[in-house]
Amino acid sequence: MSGTDSSAPTRSAGRDARVARRAEIRAMFKSNVKSRLTVDRVMLGVITACAITAIIPLFWILGQLVVGGLPALNWEFLTGEPGAVGAGSINVGPAIQGTIIIIGLSSLIGIPLGIGAGIYLSEVGSSRMAKQIRFFLDVFMEIPSIVLGLFAFLAIVLLLGHFSIWAGAFALSLIMFPIVARATEEQLKMVPWTYREAATALGLTNAAIAFRIVLATAKRGLLTGILLSISRIGGETAPLIMTILGSSQFFSSLDAPMDALPLRIWRFSLLPYEDARLAGWGAALVLVVIILAIHVGVRYYFQGRGGSGSGSGGLAARNTQKVNWSIGGRQNR
Amino acid sequence: MMSTTVPVSGARSDGSDDKRARYKMVAENVSVHYGDYLAVRNVSLKFPENSVTALIGPSGCGKTTFLRCLNRMHDMTPGSRVEGRVMIDETDLYDSSIDPIYHRRKVGMVFQKPNPFPTMSIYDNVVAGVKLNGVRDSEILNEIVEDCLKMAYLWDEVRDDLKKPAIELSGGQQQRLCIARALAIQPEVLLMDEPASALDPIATQKIEETIKDLSSEYCIIIVTHNMQQAVRCSDYTAFMYVGDLVESGKTYDLFHNPKNELTAKYVEGQFG
Repeated sequence: MSGTDSSAPTRSAGRDARVARRAEIRAMFKSNVKSRLTVDRVMLGVITACAITAIIPLFWILGQLVVGGLPALNWEFLTGEPGAVGAGSINVGPAIQGTIIIIGLSSLIGIPLGIGAGIYLSEVGSSRMAKQIRFFLDVFMEIPSIVLGLFAFLAIVLLLGHFSIWAGAFALSLIMFPIVARATEEQLKMVPWTYREAATALGLTNAAIAFRIVLATAKRGLLTGILLSISRIGGETAPLIMTILGSSQFFSSLDAPMDALPLRIWRFSLLPYEDARLAGWGAALVLVVIILAIHVGVRYYFQGRGGSGSGSGGLAARNTQKVNWSIGGRQNR
Repeated sequence: MMSTTVPVSGARSDGSDDKRARYKMVAENVSVHYGDYLAVRNVSLKFPENSVTALIGPSGCGKTTFLRCLNRMHDMTPGSRVEGRVMIDETDLYDSSIDPIYHRRKVGMVFQKPNPFPTMSIYDNVVAGVKLNGVRDSEILNEIVEDCLKMAYLWDEVRDDLKKPAIELSGGQQQRLCIARALAIQPEVLLMDEPASALDPIATQKIEETIKDLSSEYCIIIVTHNMQQAVRCSDYTAFMYVGDLVESGKTYDLFHNPKNELTAKYVEGQFG
């Protein structure tokens, strides 16, 4: 281009120099493109391998469970009272019932508490008190479950003088509570501030903003946190040994000892009998199926009530979510 | 570079012929599907170098979708499928044998909302692309920062606090920073997706001046809702409507002697 170029007469003088300099600079970073693309591909290979390696144990475990546990499954096994070990008629009816009851009761205590605390931390959270609560929740999460079981033993079992479902649910909800609280807080914090501003400008109360806007927006991620906490307590054994003890009877009262699948698996695994070993595998398979069923069931229940996201949480679907959910269950549109 | 000198379908908007203009980018029969939805239908457009081409049309007409094709940004959108060819110089961007990362470097992009990297300073934002492309020499980096910020008309406002976090800038400044960042990788094409739609009139004016100034050295393609903006800062304009390219040509001609009735109605403000 010459200086007479009518489109940019004033700048064209320096233009050629600039264009040339630009080409020079570009030449500087063109050279290593190939090696970087190689690194790119290697990294892709590495992370793909990591992902696959991470799920191999999962399928291994599932495979082992099915192979080991399926032969044990029959109607009698699932519904009958446990018979004598070694006589070939071990059943886990009460354990299944107990696991479902104790997961339900712990969730009833732990989830509302956790969500409430999470909302406090996220929405009120800049105060000094919130900071300290957050710190103690983190410490809480680190406490080994057996210690929480011991605590429940001292606080409830010794106090009442007997083992009970209440004590077990208390111990498990102590495990659940900090997990749900921190998950709630993290999810609510991810909700963009502009939504709160928009709600404030509509004249909504703080409570309405927190429950109807922020919580509803973060619903899916919250669900993931809650389901993780349910899975966590579903497999807890140590706290149950010291609280619900174990039993060979079906449910009679929340105030009485009860059986649970993790307890059964643990006990069976210590016995030197072939039928106990088989029953242990069967119980493990049943436990995994129950937890999977809770996951799938809850996700299915909330599908279509929370936008079109993949269901793995986060805010991916937040723009299509509808405000129709509050703590404690569903609301009609 | 293309060896043939093509007499451009138009000339500069000031009327003077520019026989040396060559096509920097050529889109041939580009269609974009999102799942079953056809967002862009069979669009062919040529973009001369050293000029500004504006894509106009009502919301949802596919102009942003089309713009993103020119940088293979749809690779990042699940469920989308692009057909047709997009030539940059003599390379087909959608040729399976080429690497999009390499060719994206020839194409800078500025988005609708200013999106400076929030954890980086002004300086680091500008050189982010350059540094990650392997240039470490601080003299060259300084030169690039000064040049690009000057080209984006931001230098005078930030020269004394280049270490300041980029998010502390105003919206208009952030957008000019994003232009500087796009220029820093020394592209030949600059794609701008409604770069001024989130800005106030003063900031808009500055961005437009920047665009006009850069047009003598870059091939700029800008999506805009604002027809006045297209008139003010583009040499060529293409009008799109529900996924189709309706009309394209010199900006002056398209606005003053539109050939298509739909174009005429749109530029007169009867719909859109």
